[in-house]
Amino acid sequence: MTTRHAITAGFVPLLDSALLVAAKEKGFAAAQSIDLTLVRERSWASIRDRLAVRQFDVAHILGPMPIACNLGLSAPAPKMIVPMALGLGGNAVTVSAALWRAMAEAGATDDLDARRNGAALRRVIDGRRGEPLRFGVVHPYSGHNYELRYWLAASGIDPDREIDILVLPPPDMGDALAEGLIDGYCAGEPWNTFGVLKRGAHLATVKAAIWKSSPEKVLGVDAGWGEANPEALAALLVALHHAALWCGDPRNHAELASLLALPAYVGREPELLLPALTGVLPVGGGAVRTVGDFFVPQAKAATFPWKSHALWFYTQMVRWRQVAHTEANRQVAAETYRPDVYRAALKALGIAMPSASAKVEGALTAETPVGSSGALTLGPDGFFDGGRFDPDDVDGYIAAQSR
Amino acid sequence: MQPGALNVLVIDENRIRAAIIEEGLRDAGYAVTVVEEMQGLARRIAELNPDVIVIDLENPNRDMLESIFQLTRAIQRPIAMFVDKSDEASIEAAVEAGVSAYIVDGLKQERVRPILKMAISRFNAFSRLSRELEETRSELENRKVIDRAKGLLMRSRGLSEEAAYALLRRTAMNQNRKIAEIAQSLVTAASLLDPGAPDPGVKT
Repeated sequence: MTTRHAITAGFVPLLDSALLVAAKEKGFAAAQSIDLTLVRERSWASIRDRLAVRQFDVAHILGPMPIACNLGLSAPAPKMIVPMALGLGGNAVTVSAALWRAMAEAGATDDLDARRNGAALRRVIDGRRGEPLRFGVVHPYSGHNYELRYWLAASGIDPDREIDILVLPPPDMGDALAEGLIDGYCAGEPWNTFGVLKRGAHLATVKAAIWKSSPEKVLGVDAGWGEANPEALAALLVALHHAALWCGDPRNHAELASLLALPAYVGREPELLLPALTGVLPVGGGAVRTVGDFFVPQAKAATFPWKSHALWFYTQMVRWRQVAHTEANRQVAAETYRPDVYRAALKALGIAMPSASAKVEGALTAETPVGSSGALTLGPDGFFDGGRFDPDDVDGYIAAQSR
Repeated sequence: MQPGALNVLVIDENRIRAAIIEEGLRDAGYAVTVVEEMQGLARRIAELNPDVIVIDLENPNRDMLESIFQLTRAIQRPIAMFVDKSDEASIEAAVEAGVSAYIVDGLKQERVRPILKMAISRFNAFSRLSRELEETRSELENRKVIDRAKGLLMRSRGLSEEAAYALLRRTAMNQNRKIAEIAQSLVTAASLLDPGAPDPGVKT
């Protein structure tokens, strides 16, 4: 008789919970003898709390959050590890119809170009009087907060002085925009598509344009549980790998959209979920644009927990004064992501995996085959402003950004 | 020191639950403010300068609340959640009950613990109340439909009320179902057979 593993996972109803949902609904978890229980939560705070009291073993969580927890920025928190990412990309910056009109007059176009549309936003702010524009993000320790700030700063806009950035629950973003409480937001799907199709909003740019192949949600694991249950954790990673393959196959997109649409999961119409999966995005005013790498569930080592991703998040925590830069803190961040656990769990599958644990982010300008087998391609992973992040020179990157 | 010296802010979109917590804390002598509206929350917190904030764990605005502490330093110092990181039993009891609490860093545990205990017990009382209310409601529904089924049997088969009930109960036992389910089937069948007829079960 095989050992059965009972695993409880928390998730927030967002498109990128797809890997966990598919693992359960398509039998990939069961095939690894896992009884996977998925519990839906309405805030990241609640995910963190239930991990802290061990009601959850693992969770769908914002990439920077386990790092913030391990740095003691968010109490009470369990010690966490990240042995797997849950895909790349998937977010967008959405603006109100009024702000879009102003941006379009200042040169913004429908093509989601981060540089041109950022420059247009800069000109709009130059011509404004009165209160600063208000943008919503989902959490202080989120890829959304950091990519929005990166885009603004690289467009010559000071995210602290020239923009008011506040936190809102993603399902409230579209309404807050329509009521004029905010002028824009950076959120995951389906909330950008919802804003565009249901609240007359317009996409300004996408995460995949700000930083290609960039990290987003990860599998956060209670470190104590992981240490006590290494077999269960390895089995879960294998199940999630198969789920990622399934989610990445275009033939499954329609079925995945209807699975996620179930009330137990995202609970929104499939039409709102499909654009992020196909990359065919309604951008506003009836226009549609195709973004190849909008959300990448599996290809390009999308589930690999790069230490360079963890360290980039850390540099942004320092940049926006959430934490002081010390060697000890840098180490905590780097050690939160665990490519060694990923490799050990998936080794038996014989799949192509990156041999390095970190890479220079922004170095690949085109899709590039890596490794001897050639079975794996990475990138492009460029920042829209041509920036590069060398994980071996965290000090230099932080110093350059603080100027 | 009087407990009244502590200022508690309760954030809850559920008015009834908020009222139950408020009452408990007030009776214990604390100064309590209840906020239901999330808009302008940062300003309200700055004005009220609470020592303790109690919010339901499921509230989707908790991420916003935590960011307010972090970004604006609205309360003199960053806030520590719950009584103490090491006080795991309290944390577990709170999460079980669905309460989360934020406490001004440095506030003494023995002053905060009664507030948390009170909030937990009031949350649990509210959950119990909701459950009982739900049970009472379905009990009432059941009784109504059984009365209607009895009326149908009394008219169509000339039975006494006791005999009609006994027939329903016997059928339910034979089919291993609940009396209310049998009654519902009967009422549905009757309305299908004679949709135009005045409802025979309605009591005047």
